[in-house]
Amino acid sequence: MALWLYVARRLGVLVPTLFFVSVLIFSLQQLLPGDAAVALAGEEQDAAVVAAIRARYHLDRPIPVQYGLWLGRVLRGDFGESLRNRIPVRELLASKLPVTVELALCSMAIALLIGIPAGVVSAARKGTAVDVIANLLALSGLSVPHFWLGIMLILLFAVRLGWLPASGYVPPWEDLRQNLTSILLPSFVLGTGVAGVMMRHTRSAMLQTLGADYVRTARAKSVPERLVVLKHALRNALIPVITLGAIEFGRLLSGAVLTEQIFAIPGFGKLLVDGVFNRDYAVVQAVVLVSASLYVILNLGADVLYFLANPRLRGSA
Amino acid sequence: MSVGPAVLAAPPAAARRRYKAARQLARRPAAVIAFAVVLGFILVALAAPQLAPFDPTAIDYRALRKPPSAAHPLGTDEVGRDVLSRLLWGARASLLAGVIPVTIAVAFSVPLGLLSGYVGGWLDGLIMRINDAMLSIPFLIVAIALAAFLGPGLGNAMIAIGIAALPTFVRLVRGTALAIKTEEYVEAAQALGCSRPRVALLHILPNTLPPLFVQMSVTVAAAIIAEASLSFLGLGQQPPAPSWGSMLNAAQRYLSQAPWMALYPGLMIFGIVMALNVLGDGLRDALDPRYQ
Repeated sequence: MALWLYVARRLGVLVPTLFFVSVLIFSLQQLLPGDAAVALAGEEQDAAVVAAIRARYHLDRPIPVQYGLWLGRVLRGDFGESLRNRIPVRELLASKLPVTVELALCSMAIALLIGIPAGVVSAARKGTAVDVIANLLALSGLSVPHFWLGIMLILLFAVRLGWLPASGYVPPWEDLRQNLTSILLPSFVLGTGVAGVMMRHTRSAMLQTLGADYVRTARAKSVPERLVVLKHALRNALIPVITLGAIEFGRLLSGAVLTEQIFAIPGFGKLLVDGVFNRDYAVVQAVVLVSASLYVILNLGADVLYFLANPRLRGSA
Repeated sequence: MSVGPAVLAAPPAAARRRYKAARQLARRPAAVIAFAVVLGFILVALAAPQLAPFDPTAIDYRALRKPPSAAHPLGTDEVGRDVLSRLLWGARASLLAGVIPVTIAVAFSVPLGLLSGYVGGWLDGLIMRINDAMLSIPFLIVAIALAAFLGPGLGNAMIAIGIAALPTFVRLVRGTALAIKTEEYVEAAQALGCSRPRVALLHILPNTLPPLFVQMSVTVAAAIIAEASLSFLGLGQQPPAPSWGSMLNAAQRYLSQAPWMALYPGLMIFGIVMALNVLGDGLRDALDPRYQ
C-alpha cells in the first residue's frame, strides 16, 4: 500500500473521531447546572443585561446552531475568553503549552535513558537476577502513584537535603540552569512511569528478535554477542518501541495534571485543574480539546512511523 | 434443536480450561503472593472497625501532628486524628473506588462491545467512533472533567472513573467478539439455528471473559490511583471521611513538620496497585495462550 493511501485512510477515521470529541466536549457544557448567561453576567442580575449577554453569545439559539457557531470559532482558533482572567483562552494556551512540551520532552528523555537500556539488559540476561530486578523496578514505576512519588522526592531533595527547589518554574530564557533544576524532579517523576512501560516493551520486543532466525545466523557466523544484541536484535526491536514512544509522548502532554499541580509548574495540567476549580469552562473545554487533538495526531504519527519502519506492512495490500 | 448448541459450547472443555488457568496461575509465586496481598487488603478493609485503635474522625487537639509513638503507631494528623485508624478505614474508600467503577464500566461495555462486534454494520461504526473519541481524551482528564461537572464526592468520583474506563473495555470486548464470530463453532451454532442473542451470550461472551478479567485487574489498579488523584485534588472523598488520596492532600501542607502523614497513605496505594498489576500479569500469562 502506498504511504499516501495509508495516511488518507487513517485521516478518514481521524476526522470523525475529532468531530465526536468536539461533540462530547460541547455537550459537557450543556450538562452544566445553571444558566450560562446568568453566570457570565456575574454580579449584574438585571434581566436586560442577561438577555443582552444571551443574545451576544447566541445562547438563545437552538443547541445544534450553538454547536455549529462554537465549532466555527474553535476552528478559527478562537476558544473564547477566560472567565477568571478576562484574557483570550488562546493566549493562555499559547503561554502554557511550551512549558508542558518542555516537561514532556525532559520526561521522555529520562524514560528512554532508563527504559531502553534496562529492557535490553533484562532481555539479554533473561531469567537472571538482573532481569528480575529490572522487571521489579519497571512494575514499581508503573504502580507508584506519581503525585505521591513527587511529594516524597520534594521531601527528600528539597525539604531534607535542600539540593533542589521544592516547586515553581523558571523559563529557560530567563535562567537555563534554574530552569533545568526546576524541571528535573517533575521530569523524573513522570519519566519513571513511562520508563516502566518502555522497559517492558523493549524487553518483550528484544526477546522476540533475539529468538529470530537472522540472530541465530549471526551467532553461527560467530559475530560477537555484544554486536548481536546491539546491532542485529536491538535495531529491529526498536520499531515497536519508537511507535510506543510517540503514543506515550502524547499521553505525557496531558498526563502531567497532578505532577504540575504538586510542583506548581504552570503548564496545561495546572491550567486544567485551575479551570475546573474556578468553573472556568471555556478554559477546561479548550485544554481538553487541544490535548485530545494532540493525542490523536501523535497517534497518527506513531502509526505512520510504524508503517514506514515496517516493510512488511508496505508490502501487504 | 435446544440440545445441539449446548453440546457445541462444550462446557467440560471450558471447565478444563479454567482449571488449567487456575493451575497455571498457582504455579507463579509472584501471582500467588500478589493474590494474598490483595486478599489481605480486602480483609483489612472489611475488618477496619475491629482493627482500628481509634475512631478515624475523632479529633484530638492535645495530639496534633504527633510522630509515631506507642499510642499512635503511625502518628497523628493535623487535627490529632490517628493515622493508622484513618489508613485502615481509608482502605474501604480506595477498594470500593477500585471495584465500583470497574463494575460500571463492565456492565455497560459488555453489551455495547458485543453489539458492536457481533452485529456490526452502521451501529458498530457509530459506537466505535464515539468510543475512539472518548479514548482520545486521556483517562484522568475525563475523570477530572466529569467529576468536576458532577460535583465533588466519592460517589460521583466513582461514576466519573467508571465512565472514563468504559471505552477501553468496549474496544476489548468488541475486538474479541470480532475475532470469535468467525470461529467454526460460532458458525456451527448459527447454522443450527441459534438466535443471535443466544450466540452472543452463550458462545461469544464466555470467550471474551479471559481478556476481560486481565483488563479488570489492571483497571481496578488504575481506578484506585484515579480515586486517590481525584481525592487529592478535593474532587473525591470529602472530609472528614478518610481516603488515602484525601489524606495525601492534607499531608502536603505539613510535609516538613509531619512527613509520616504523607508516607503511609502513599505506601498503601503503592502496595495494592503493585499487587493488582502483578496479579494482572499473572492472569494474562495464565489465560492468554500466547504467553504460555
